[in-house]
Amino acid sequence: MLDIKNIHVTFNPGTVTEKKAITDLSLHLAPGDFVTVIGSNGAGKSTLFNAVSGSFYTESGSIVLDGRDITLEPEYKRSKYVGRMFQDPLKGTAPNMTIEENLALAYLRASGHTNPFSSVTRKQREEFRARLSQLGLGLEDRMKQPVGLLSGGQRQALTLLMATVVTPKLLLLDEHTAALDPATAEKVLDLTKSIVHEHSITCMMITHNIASALELGNRTLMMADGRIVLELSGEERANMTVETLLKRFREKTGSALDNDRMLLG
Amino acid sequence: MLYIIRTALELGCLYAPVALALFLSYRVLDIADLTTDGCFILGAAVSVTLTAAGHPVIAVFAAVIAGACAGFVTAFLQTKLGVPSILAGIVTNMGLYTVNLMVMGWSANVSLLKAETIFSDLSEVNGVGDWGGVVIAGSAVVIVGVLLVLFLRTRLGLSIRATGDNRDMVRASSINPTFTVTIGLCIANALTGLSGAMVGQYQNAADINGGTGIVVIGLACLIIGETVLGRRSIVKGVIAALLGSILYRLIYAIVLYTKVFPVAGLKLVTAVIVAAAIAMPAIRRWVALQKRRTQRRKGGAGNA
Repeated sequence: MLDIKNIHVTFNPGTVTEKKAITDLSLHLAPGDFVTVIGSNGAGKSTLFNAVSGSFYTESGSIVLDGRDITLEPEYKRSKYVGRMFQDPLKGTAPNMTIEENLALAYLRASGHTNPFSSVTRKQREEFRARLSQLGLGLEDRMKQPVGLLSGGQRQALTLLMATVVTPKLLLLDEHTAALDPATAEKVLDLTKSIVHEHSITCMMITHNIASALELGNRTLMMADGRIVLELSGEERANMTVETLLKRFREKTGSALDNDRMLLG
Repeated sequence: MLYIIRTALELGCLYAPVALALFLSYRVLDIADLTTDGCFILGAAVSVTLTAAGHPVIAVFAAVIAGACAGFVTAFLQTKLGVPSILAGIVTNMGLYTVNLMVMGWSANVSLLKAETIFSDLSEVNGVGDWGGVVIAGSAVVIVGVLLVLFLRTRLGLSIRATGDNRDMVRASSINPTFTVTIGLCIANALTGLSGAMVGQYQNAADINGGTGIVVIGLACLIIGETVLGRRSIVKGVIAALLGSILYRLIYAIVLYTKVFPVAGLKLVTAVIVAAAIAMPAIRRWVALQKRRTQRRKGGAGNA
């Protein structure tokens, strides 16, 4: 589904602040793969996501999504089939537009509607209502309210729904539960799991929570210094514990995972 | 009194598209579009010139297209060339001064002596009489308003709204902000051009300085309407623009005929209204803070 070949990303090339963010990274995702990505701050996780989604172009290498070379395709074009969610719940929704309008926008942009003057029908609105009720947050009765009135968790759940209202070819979740309180984070994670599973979406998720990295999905990548240093899948992954993983990380990189959140998570 | 109301309705409807334009650019897109002044005269100039040539209806459409072009220039400057948005409007506005003179045949004003206008057609119809202007401008504005509401519910319309509402979200979605800002500003200035076109034919004249302050007046109309109706939904916003425009002209007409204070002072009043209305949230916060401070001081004195 996704084929990344030998990509390089350097920030501020040729200056004193030059930083090699991603070095010669290759990755292949099969359809329906749910990959969790872990690694300390500055390992290049978000950079990898941004490179795939087109926030910037890679210096070399190629990115192919579902047989289509998107290496030099602008961000807004990739967004048609790459769904994205960020840590900040404010980033994914338009606060002064209603829940229904936000969903309508997501739907109209992602579904193959090429007519700029297309709008949603009553039937589609009913569908939105049904999908909102699946979230179990009571949002289906607040469709005419502006999104700005929702809590962070509710907004994040809505963003998830918007990103998947039309099944994307690839869903990128960049620590999308990190800004939420533990109970809400759990709820949003559960929703993620069920939605990704139900529509068998190919998905990558960055998390600082090693336990959920091992629990969710079918593969786990560990990144350090712009490289993938460890890849787990199948039986090896099933038998992996948080402690062993941390030990493996130390062996691989010669340093401890420097983030308290990972240990506490 | 009836005359005052009729004049207010007439002028309110004639100028209402400017309030709609500002609703779209300032409220929806969150861009202070200063192209408005020059664009308004451009509309009037194109309209009057073509009307003088004997095409009053085509004149209106031509003015709308001319307005859209002005909007495109402003949008191009800020989206493609990186000119800050306020400056882009000012620069276009400046350039339009020469363009407007050119359209008017290098003279500072043109007037229609005996040419047919969109307004002269209807006043001959029985039963309408003096209300012809209200009927024509009113129906034009209602049609435009309804189209705008419907448009803002479409894929493109929703995308334009999201562009003004949350740039972060737009960046991560398939919306191309360059495109949505451009379309938004084109439509807004097309509306301004429409207003200029109607006013030009209504007054049988276009003047190179006739648009000074139109952007502030349009904002005042919008703010007055929003104060009456509240601002939440798109429908309310559009109605607020129309209603505010009429209310503003009603106040204007009352001042004009009762001579409470000189009409020349109205621009200052307008400016103060707009500044105060936009400053309101900041003023409210300041007042609340001062209140708490006084209470603290009193409380402190009581404890001592």
